[in-house]
Amino acid sequence: MSRIKTIETKNVANTAKKGGCGECQTSCQSACKTSCGVANQKCENKNNK
Amino acid sequence: MVHQYKLNGYNIVLDTCSGSVHAVDEVAYDIIEMYKGHSEEEILSKILQKYASWPEVTADDVKECIEDIRSLEESGKLFTEDEFENLAIDYKNNSNVVKALCLHVAHTCNLSCSYCFASQGKYHGDRALMSFETGKQAFDFLIANSGTRKNLEVDFFGGEPLMNWDVVKKLVEYARSVEKQHNKNFRFTLTTNGVLIDDDVIDFANKEMSNVVLSLDGRKEVNDHFRTDHAGRGSYDLIVPKFKRLVEKRGGKDYYMRGTFTHNNVDFTNDIFHMADLGFKELSMEPVVCPPGDPYALTEEDLPKLKEQYEILAKEMIKRKKTGDGFTFYHYMIDLTNGPCIYKRITGCGSGTEYMAVTPWGELYPCHQFVGDSKYSLGNVWTGVTRKEVQDEFRSCNAYARKECRDCWAKLYCSGGCAANSYHATGSINGVYEYGCELFKKRIECAVMIKVAEAEEE
Repeated sequence: MSRIKTIETKNVANTAKKGGCGECQTSCQSACKTSCGVANQKCENKNNK
Repeated sequence: MVHQYKLNGYNIVLDTCSGSVHAVDEVAYDIIEMYKGHSEEEILSKILQKYASWPEVTADDVKECIEDIRSLEESGKLFTEDEFENLAIDYKNNSNVVKALCLHVAHTCNLSCSYCFASQGKYHGDRALMSFETGKQAFDFLIANSGTRKNLEVDFFGGEPLMNWDVVKKLVEYARSVEKQHNKNFRFTLTTNGVLIDDDVIDFANKEMSNVVLSLDGRKEVNDHFRTDHAGRGSYDLIVPKFKRLVEKRGGKDYYMRGTFTHNNVDFTNDIFHMADLGFKELSMEPVVCPPGDPYALTEEDLPKLKEQYEILAKEMIKRKKTGDGFTFYHYMIDLTNGPCIYKRITGCGSGTEYMAVTPWGELYPCHQFVGDSKYSLGNVWTGVTRKEVQDEFRSCNAYARKECRDCWAKLYCSGGCAANSYHATGSINGVYEYGCELFKKRIECAVMIKVAEAEEE
């Protein structure tokens, strides 16, 4: 029996090869204005899916 | 780096450097905890001893689980090595692109909220409105310094930006008139207290603003404690109907009802639930930014209560979603399958480099929270950044800049945190605002737990 269920995620480490286009939203700009995080952040790099 | 925690009945394992999330049972949870420091024989012996009364936990079963863990490790989903530090430094050193501005179109406000980090809109300076010419120059500065970036963001901020609404509209018109020739796509945000919202504002904002941030602290008595006009009258009854009308006509475009909680409403989830019950579905609620001695500042005694509140919120969100009455909470919006790449996660918020604030007089600051602090002035929209030494200080901010962050599991979620929070808490932008870290980590744990709960439902 499997005791581990892996949730589907993007492999962040793999994006080191293709990422960094910078087209995504500035972290602080969207709603909070008081913290920096990945909430609400979507990748806009079509080559990085 | 692996982070394990138990929350809401789930055993969750985060492999932070790959971004992988695993929901595991008790036995696997214990095995993963021991995996790196013990031999297979030791793990087998300890697990069989601990679970002796569980007949289904056999030697073969434990060995199979160890094999599964090894397989996940080999496929880069568990115990992934952190090899990103040099990427962060190289990426920021090689980037001289500005992609977002926070335009302070009004250093004045028609409310007088005593907790305002911007000292009632004045940022500890004079009252002022940005002229169209200054705003236009800010757009020209942004376009000229944005390189090949297509998506550019401008937040109309204050003070209260609706007190300079005609200039906002003219600036949007100007930006739209030049974006195509420069191959740019402007995304506008309006952050407002709502007092001056009327049909003209609603129609224009819903057409042009990609996002609207509406300030409301929740329950009437909570909102009206701080969010008052200059005569001390609460704003709730005036602004809530206006916000409702704006959101009703928004046509599904993004917005946030954004509140601030303080020591006075540590039970802030009741304010979030109140906003949801009013019909608002995109919600954000932030800890107050203020000096530690202020009477409404969050205290050490508040911290465990706040953590509990985040758990209450997460559980209630799961419950409401099931009944078709769900809402979103900004900090719980983690996109596990299409979230940010590693560069985004390690390079910090971009303040002072790709993101800057512009005062009504056209001065540039690293972000809105440094406005008015002259030692952080970067230059202006006519001359550009002239104080490179200040910019370089901000360029050094990343997920690896602080030694305390190196072994922190959350660094690829917070990207090193907020430079302004660090500065206000420690006097250095490279300090660590531990209180904020504690809250941040709790929020990420809750956000991931919600994703696990959703996956378990499928």
